[in-house]
Amino acid sequence: MLTAEDKKLIQQVWEKVAGHQEDFGAEALERMFITYPQTKTYFPHFDLHHGSDQIRGHGKKVVNALGDAIKSLDNLSQALSELSNLHAYNLRVDPVNFKLLSQCLQVVLAVHLGKDYTPEVHSAFDKFLSAVAATLAEKYR
Amino acid sequence: MVHWTAEEKQLIASLWAKVNVEECGAEALARLLIVYPWTQRFFASFGNLSSPTAILGNPKVRAHGKKVLTSFGEAVKNLDNIKLTYAKLSELHCEKLHVDPENFRLLGDILIIVLASHFGRDFTPACQFAWQKLVGVVAHALARKYH
Repeated sequence: MLTAEDKKLIQQVWEKVAGHQEDFGAEALERMFITYPQTKTYFPHFDLHHGSDQIRGHGKKVVNALGDAIKSLDNLSQALSELSNLHAYNLRVDPVNFKLLSQCLQVVLAVHLGKDYTPEVHSAFDKFLSAVAATLAEKYR
Repeated sequence: MVHWTAEEKQLIASLWAKVNVEECGAEALARLLIVYPWTQRFFASFGNLSSPTAILGNPKVRAHGKKVLTSFGEAVKNLDNIKLTYAKLSELHCEKLHVDPENFRLLGDILIIVLASHFGRDFTPACQFAWQKLVGVVAHALARKYH
């Protein structure tokens, strides 16, 4: 459960992400593909070279979806309903991968926010990303 | 046995040379206790862990964090022999401390984020890969003597 304080911290961090959605998203995906090579199996049709249009486009999509979720922190199921259907019925990505992307997104935030990625923000964001992962996996079976 | 490429060894050694073990160790342990509060079950004797501020300012957390990261340095020095390096510590965590090995993985992931926030852009994707591999190998070595 996200506390009122968690929600405030998540929204504050997100203000710093604004304008960098594509850069941060692409970096998180690229870090995931390099750090956890097994995640590339879901993207056989992608050009996975550094800075590829597909990685940049998909990165932006991921980060924007998180932005939408942040606008609806009290109702993630509804905010992510379409994405949740997509993951459960079409993509069928093993949910373990949500954790791997979550780790990489947090590394990107830590790299770019430095000291501003405080323990309190870290905790709030980790909770938020776990909640998103749980929501995306809730229709799997 | 785990294989390390020359590039991985170099990425690990060059970053480690810049790590402030006292600072990063304290911060990693504090963040573990804050982000995953159930890990506090092992630290009942540490006194006040009631809030992030209390945890960050707790001298026992700082001292133990330094101890943990100092021990992690043994892995950096013995990359080709991590299993043996941690055999005794693994026994200790299994038999005396009764720590669920999942906690080693959580601390490893937290350490990566601490390093990322300290080193910024120098914590490149290649560097992240090498370090994530290292924390995984260390966690595995620490879990190896459980029976």
